[in-house]
Amino acid sequence: MQTIDLRGVSCPTNFVKAKLALEDLDDGMIAQILLDDGEPVKNVPRSLKADGHKLLGLTQTEEGYYILELKKIEE
Amino acid sequence: MADVKQTKIDLNNLKAGGFIKERGKDLFTVRLRVPGGRMSVPRLKKIAEVAEKFGGEFVHLSVRQSIELININFKDFDAVVEELGEKSQKVASCGARVRVPVACGGCEYNPNGLVDTQKSALEVDEKLFGTPTGHHKFKVAFAGCPFDCPKSSTNDVGFSGAIEPVLDKATCISCGLCVKSCVPKALVMGEDNKPVLTAEKCIWCGDCVKVCPTEAWSVKKKGYTVRIGGKWGRNPLVGTLFATFLPEDKAVEFIAAVLEWYKQKAEGLGRIRLGDTIIKEGPDALLNHLRSQFPDYTVAKTIAPQIIQTQVGMN
Ligand code: SF4
Ligand code: SF4
Ligand code: SF4
Repeated sequence: MQTIDLRGVSCPTNFVKAKLALEDLDDGMIAQILLDDGEPVKNVPRSLKADGHKLLGLTQTEEGYYILELKKIEE
Repeated sequence: MADVKQTKIDLNNLKAGGFIKERGKDLFTVRLRVPGGRMSVPRLKKIAEVAEKFGGEFVHLSVRQSIELININFKDFDAVVEELGEKSQKVASCGARVRVPVACGGCEYNPNGLVDTQKSALEVDEKLFGTPTGHHKFKVAFAGCPFDCPKSSTNDVGFSGAIEPVLDKATCISCGLCVKSCVPKALVMGEDNKPVLTAEKCIWCGDCVKVCPTEAWSVKKKGYTVRIGGKWGRNPLVGTLFATFLPEDKAVEFIAAVLEWYKQKAEGLGRIRLGDTIIKEGPDALLNHLRSQFPDYTVAKTIAPQIIQTQVGMN
């Protein structure tokens, strides 16, 4: 599984970085995206959904950041 | 005599027609209406040409999304109107009339937008623009969602897009994204690990629907939240809630009903804005009037427009 670490990256750069990283994955592959609390965890999942990817789940870590699990969907 | 066709300039109609006197001798500002702030690129080019030919070195974008041509000599009025093509680019109104509606980009390309504010603004512009109120100016604004960037509630009638979400528990995979996305904290995870909605806290923003990966959240109702009686200026008022989930295609009719009440009730009160008329008559008078025509959308009760303390001058 691919991990895309977007902690410390602010909106909308985090979303654009996620898009670029997802370009390297094959259709149907699962990725873990690490997101800060606040704006990033609120905005990035929704934008990735709007791009057509399948969101699978969100978990909060002990350190306070979030792990978004997602399945890459090629249009 | 050669049959020279000369358009007469009706000086009385000038202000109502969007011609505004400037400081300099013979010079006027010509305010062009841009409903909803959207303008086609060819039209923009045409306006630039006219501005270059007859105006000063710049144009001004008004706070209500109009383009204002600066330093137009009144002798050029006819030529300016002619070259802009009067029909397709009417000048914007001033005075005691329904003004050009403003709107945000709405749902077409803005990811937050829930309704088609541009369509609504065009409809209102087409059907109600320039209607004399008999009392004072009358402003309308459309926001695509409850974040209300256009500050709709500081208008005489302000609309903001809204959706009511509904949950299909069976489809929910308990990912928690909606709870995390709901800024007003109207959602919490229940004991069964499915979200629970506290309706009173919901602002109808639709963020839960937009993020939910399985479409467990969907749209039950969609329309406009309508606030009435707002204004800015010397004594600002924030409009209050009169209707919820008003269908988009009823916006024009609804404004017409508000105008009807305003014209009647403000009779004899001079130059008074709608909000002050509501404070004088009590909000129930307007609410009952609206309820008779829009029983499905008016709220059960409301409050008078809210006075903003500006701390300058005697309020
Ligand atoms: S009011 Fe909503 S839809 Fe309109 S610009 Fe603001 S966020 Fe976007
Ligand atoms: S519509 Fe907005 S406020 Fe209401 S539950 Fe959904 S996210 Fe929360
Ligand atoms: S986002 Fe959808 S699937 Fe996830 S918890 Fe909320 S309702 Fe359930």
